[in-house]
Amino acid sequence: MATASPQARYDCVIIGAGHNGLVCAATLARGGRSVLVLEAAAQVGGAAVTREFAPGFRVSAGAHLLHLMPADLLRELKLESHGLEWAAQGMATTVLVPGGARLSLGAEEAGRGLSPEDAEAYSVYTARMRRFAAALVPMFSRVPPRLGTSAWADRIALLRLGWQVRKLGRRDMRELLRIGGMNVYDLLEENFDSAALKGALGLDAVLGANFGPRSPGTVLTLLYRLAGEFAAGASGPSQPRGGLGAFCDALAKAAAAAGATIRTGAPVASIRVEADRAAGVVLESGENIDAPCVISNADPKTTFLRLLGPRYLDTGFVRRVNHIRARGLAAKLHLALNRVPVFSGVSEAGVRGRLLLAASLQHIEHAYNHAKYGEFSAAPVMEITVPTANDPTLAPVGQHVLSAIVQYAPYALKEGWQSGRQRCLDAALDGLERYAPGLRASIVAAELLTPADMEAQFGMAGGHWHHGDLAFDQFLMVRPVPGAAQYRTPLDGLFLCGAGCHPGGGVMGIAGRNAAQEVLKVSQNSA
Amino acid sequence: MTESVAPHFKQPLLKTPFHERARALSQVDSFIPWAGYTTVDVFTTMEQEYFAIRNATTLYDLTPMVKYRVAGPDALPYLNRLVTRDVAKLKPDRVAYCVWCNDAGHLIDDGTIFRLRAGEYRICTAERQIDWLLDSAIGFDVEIDEVTEQIAALAVQGPTSCAVLKALGLQGIEKLKPFEIGYFAFGPQRLTVSRTGFTGDLGYELWMEPQAAETVWDGLMTAGRSRGIRAIGSQALNVARIEAGFLLPNVDFVSAEHTIRTGRDRSPLELGLGWLVDFNKGHFTGRRALRNEMIQGPRRQLVGLDIAGNKPAHNALLYTDDGGKREIGSVTSAIWSPTCKRNIALAIVDAPYFQLGSTVWADIYLNRELMWERRMSRAQVVERPFFTPERRRATPPAEF
Repeated sequence: MATASPQARYDCVIIGAGHNGLVCAATLARGGRSVLVLEAAAQVGGAAVTREFAPGFRVSAGAHLLHLMPADLLRELKLESHGLEWAAQGMATTVLVPGGARLSLGAEEAGRGLSPEDAEAYSVYTARMRRFAAALVPMFSRVPPRLGTSAWADRIALLRLGWQVRKLGRRDMRELLRIGGMNVYDLLEENFDSAALKGALGLDAVLGANFGPRSPGTVLTLLYRLAGEFAAGASGPSQPRGGLGAFCDALAKAAAAAGATIRTGAPVASIRVEADRAAGVVLESGENIDAPCVISNADPKTTFLRLLGPRYLDTGFVRRVNHIRARGLAAKLHLALNRVPVFSGVSEAGVRGRLLLAASLQHIEHAYNHAKYGEFSAAPVMEITVPTANDPTLAPVGQHVLSAIVQYAPYALKEGWQSGRQRCLDAALDGLERYAPGLRASIVAAELLTPADMEAQFGMAGGHWHHGDLAFDQFLMVRPVPGAAQYRTPLDGLFLCGAGCHPGGGVMGIAGRNAAQEVLKVSQNSA
Repeated sequence: MTESVAPHFKQPLLKTPFHERARALSQVDSFIPWAGYTTVDVFTTMEQEYFAIRNATTLYDLTPMVKYRVAGPDALPYLNRLVTRDVAKLKPDRVAYCVWCNDAGHLIDDGTIFRLRAGEYRICTAERQIDWLLDSAIGFDVEIDEVTEQIAALAVQGPTSCAVLKALGLQGIEKLKPFEIGYFAFGPQRLTVSRTGFTGDLGYELWMEPQAAETVWDGLMTAGRSRGIRAIGSQALNVARIEAGFLLPNVDFVSAEHTIRTGRDRSPLELGLGWLVDFNKGHFTGRRALRNEMIQGPRRQLVGLDIAGNKPAHNALLYTDDGGKREIGSVTSAIWSPTCKRNIALAIVDAPYFQLGSTVWADIYLNRELMWERRMSRAQVVERPFFTPERRRATPPAEF
């Protein structure tokens, strides 16, 4: 990204050019604000970047699929005219089943490989979960209401939420309230026989989270994920050509086209405070940038505890920020392969989709047990993609890349990642080899990004993908913490726009857009 | 954990290093728990002890005061973020009365901060606060230790107290100014003395190692014999502190960390402690909330009342008129002041009735040989403190 000519003063400075920061920048620039985005890394995207991890092999270093970005947001920012191309859309899900049987959950082949009873139950379950998820959708694009105020806007927002649930009708509302607090293990046991199906659905509930399927509240996290996908309105998991990095490049171009300035390689050291309001930022180079409005795409802990500092905040607020649960448990595995990986019983089409490695709910729960005690899973569960199956540009001709989210790998590994890294990698490769015999022999290079690596490379406290667990006590009006859940913070002029805010993590962009709208509202009121 | 704490489950209350001396002087065996220690409520009679505060010298064991040592490079910025007052203005060997608030600007506790040596401070407070103090330390390079058990403390208060300390051999004690800290040798012992207290009178507080406690007590009793020295309990002190207009936690306010019902928290502005809040020193916890409150004006305020008659208005509800139609507050502390000869009280009064000079009516209940009578008494909002003698500030204090 070109360094624009330095300007003395901007209306808004955004810390971090992650996807939310870029969406926020584009929205603010479209709203007529002068915007500067400061990115510490050499490229935009934050944890949604495409990187070369072995000579000639490139991969999305963090998230590897796009399934939560709302279609209207993509249209609004005209990303396709800014270079976004799709390598694959509406990717099917295939469940890796021991022994090579096959279970598909994709759009076309949904339910293939299930018993008639399970197939029937699956279609009932899917329809019901979609209805529930749809009820939660309207709250995604809104600023969450504050609790305990007497403002009408807050009351109406709360009533609207209640009305969405009531509108489901008596039977569905009862069912939603019944399962809302349950764990996903029990819910799936109630519905299905197939261990593979339960494993696959259970994995979606805990992917990227500090939970096992038996953890309380995991039905809600699953519903929340479904609601996010539903809100996206797109055709399911998609893969941008050139990886997630290319997607963020398109976002950056959209932001720049709207008038925002983006500077990479410009790490922010601190947020400057004058007369008890944000006045700008200081870069690590010592450069001062003035702006009456500072918007942080960094996670809440980094923003408040490191960039701003507790001395500008009240003790109770700092205590809440300090208690945000944001210890990452997901590692990212990247393999450079000299041939296309072959999974037993999985068709060529299956390899172009999303592969889930979770043999059963017990498998996931056992994998999680290790993490609870500071160990990585002996037999990890995974979400696997082969990006080169859809986008050959990511590897040398005829060669391939495998990208997998590997759970569980705790941020604070008891033995330390120095010695643990190779053993964790081996455990992941052993797990893969069981479903893809001969995979090991085709490996040219391997990279494992642990949560500790993610923290170091992407600046996310705890290496947590979502800047904090998406859990009942960290949702909505309490995300990230009360007092900062409406994108504003206790410090006037400082806003949050990252995944740590409602509606949360995943490459979604709604937090960035909601934050921008809040900034526009506040600055209009004060203008 | 020290040896003395080990059998705690068998003896829920600890004994202070002065306990044996106090036990020997106690005539009515009236002990009460205070912050985990057993302490004396009354030695002989409350009246006898009270008049010793105002006319002679008294000893009051304040070892149970919770003490924290605060040290480290960030000690000053830490304290300035914790309390509402500007600690940067506190000079070495000085003490400052402070309050600290939660995010909503509501009082967690009050206490004193001692600036002992460069970079080292001590917080003295009535209740344990370690949780709040440690959470406030997030992001600060500071050490916080509770040192309550390591320091025995004795209040020496009353008009002859300086003379008694001089007789004890503390040379130059008369030069110690209010809120100043001095260091004195007493035999082989080192005594830290601050000119502070809870009586509103001339007085000092002595801080020492627990091993020195009994020697110092005995020395004071000997030195004070001709100057009317007397050990006192909490009841007599309570009368003196109301006359001095000082607040007592859980009596005049409840810590915001302990309240359950809404509207029971109190801000320093409401408690008449606005003079302790420095909006110009930079950020401190509760600042933004207090600023808003300042702009809107407090909804209620703690005031002094001068009440007609001589019946203390214990727990009385307050009304706008003698008909008792509109309730506007309640009394938190009330006594007949023996020195002022006035019926005084501390009370929380709603706006706008807390203005100086306004009249309110106190609904006083009297138990007359098991028959309850009600008295609606006129009361006036008056200046605090009710009693503030010249000798409290005089340096050097008068000779006796």
